[in-house]
Amino acid sequence: MLHRQLFLLCCLVLSTGCSIQPWVQPYERANLADPIMSFSRDPVSSAYLKHVYEARELARGGEGSSGGGCGCN
Amino acid sequence: MVVVVVTKRYVLTALLLLIQLSATHAAVLPEDRADALYHSYDGGGIEISGPSILVRKGDDTSFSVFANHYVDNITSASIDVEALGASQYTENREEQTVGIDYLHGKSILSLSHTNSAENDYVAESTHVGLSMDMLGGLTTVSMGFSRGSDDVFRMTRVDGVKVRDPNFAEQAERRTYQLGLTQVLTKSLVMAVNFETVTDEGYLNNPYRQVRYNNGGANGFQVENYPNTRTSRALGAQLRYFLPYRAAVHVSGRVFEDDWGVTAVNSEFGYSQPLGDHLILDFRYRVYSQTHADFYRDLFDRPDQQNYYARDKELSSFSNTTMGVTLSYEFIKQGWGFIDKASANFSYDRVSFEYENFRDIREDPDVSYNLGEEPLYSFTADIVQFYLSLWY
Repeated sequence: MLHRQLFLLCCLVLSTGCSIQPWVQPYERANLADPIMSFSRDPVSSAYLKHVYEARELARGGEGSSGGGCGCN
Repeated sequence: MVVVVVTKRYVLTALLLLIQLSATHAAVLPEDRADALYHSYDGGGIEISGPSILVRKGDDTSFSVFANHYVDNITSASIDVEALGASQYTENREEQTVGIDYLHGKSILSLSHTNSAENDYVAESTHVGLSMDMLGGLTTVSMGFSRGSDDVFRMTRVDGVKVRDPNFAEQAERRTYQLGLTQVLTKSLVMAVNFETVTDEGYLNNPYRQVRYNNGGANGFQVENYPNTRTSRALGAQLRYFLPYRAAVHVSGRVFEDDWGVTAVNSEFGYSQPLGDHLILDFRYRVYSQTHADFYRDLFDRPDQQNYYARDKELSSFSNTTMGVTLSYEFIKQGWGFIDKASANFSYDRVSFEYENFRDIREDPDVSYNLGEEPLYSFTADIVQFYLSLWY
C-alpha cells in the first residue's frame, strides 16, 4: 500500500513537471555552455584521478559520470 | 525519485512516464575527441606510470562509440612488501574499454564493457546506463547498472621464476546500481546529485597481505581473512558556478558507508581561471577521511583472534589531503584540416596520507620500539599527468 502511494506521489510530481516552464531560457544558457562549466572537462584525466583514489580509499561511487545536464543544446 | 518504485509494473510505468516527459527535446551526444595521456604516480614506495588513450567518434545524430586503452606499469617496494621482508617487484596491468552511446530524442542509452588484466587478477565489467533530459533541458535524470566478474590468482616463485600458484584460484562478483540527477538551478549555477550502491560477493581479500599478532612480544604473521560479502552506499553532490569574469568555482562532497563498518567523507573545492585566449588554470583542494573496518586491527593479541581479521592500511582509519593544479593550453582554435581545436595539458597533484591506527613496523636500525608502539605511518604521493586532446 505504501509503495502504491509513493508511486502515485511520484507520478503526480512528474506530471506536474509537464507544466513547469524552464526558468532558464535557451538564450540564457551561454554561461552554462562554456567548457569551463563542465563537471568533467577532460574525461581521460578525471577517470585516472578517480582510479588513483579508489585504489587507496575504501569509499567508492556516488561521484557520477561526466557530461549532461548543462541544458545548452 | 523513481527508486522507491519497487515492482516491475511500477518501474515500467515510471520509465514510460519519464520517456514521455523527455520526448519533446533533443539530447546531445558527447563530443568527438581523442586524448593521449601519460600518467605517473610516485608515493609510499610505489611507482606507477603508463599511457591512457581515449578515442570517441559519432555520427552527430544517433550514436557515438568510444574506446580506451589504459596501462599501469608498477614497481612496488611498499611498506606492505618491506614489512614482510619481500623484495621489490614489478608488474603490469592493461585495461581496455569499448562502449557506445545511442541517442533517441531526449534520451541516451549507454553500453560499455571493460576488461582489466594483470598477472594475478583478471576483471570483466559490463555497464548499461540511461539518461534523459527533461523540463526544457534543465534536468537530466540518469540511472545505471554494472556487473563485474573478477578472477583472483596468486603468484609464487618456482625455481626463481614467478608463476601463478596452481593451488589458488578464486572469484568475486560485483553489482553496481546508480541513480543521478543533474539540475540547472540558475543561468550560472548547475548541480549534480548521485547515489550509488555496490554489492560484492566472493573472494575479497588481498591474497598477499597478512595481519600481525603478538607472538610472545614479537611480531607473528597470519594471512588475512575478509568477509565474503560487502555492500556499500555513497551519496555525492556537486555545485558548479560561473563567475561573471569567465571563471568557474566548484564544490563537491560525498558521504559513504558500508557493512564492514567503514564510513567516509570527502569534499573538494576547485577554481578554474582562463588566462588570455589560450590558457586555463585549474586549482583543486580535496580532503578525505574514513573510519576503519570492524575487523581491522594493527596488532592482534593472538592468531585467529576473531572470525575475520585484516591489517590492510586501506581498511584502517586515515585521512588524506590533495592539492592539485592543471594548466591547459588551447591551440588550433580556428581549426586545421579535420581538427576543430586542440589542447595540451599538464596536471600535478600532491596527496598526503596520515594513518591513525596503522603503524610502520619496518625495522629501523637506529631505534627499537616496543610491540604496538611503532610510529604511525604516513607518506606523500606525487601524481603527474601530461595529455594532448584533439577535437574533430
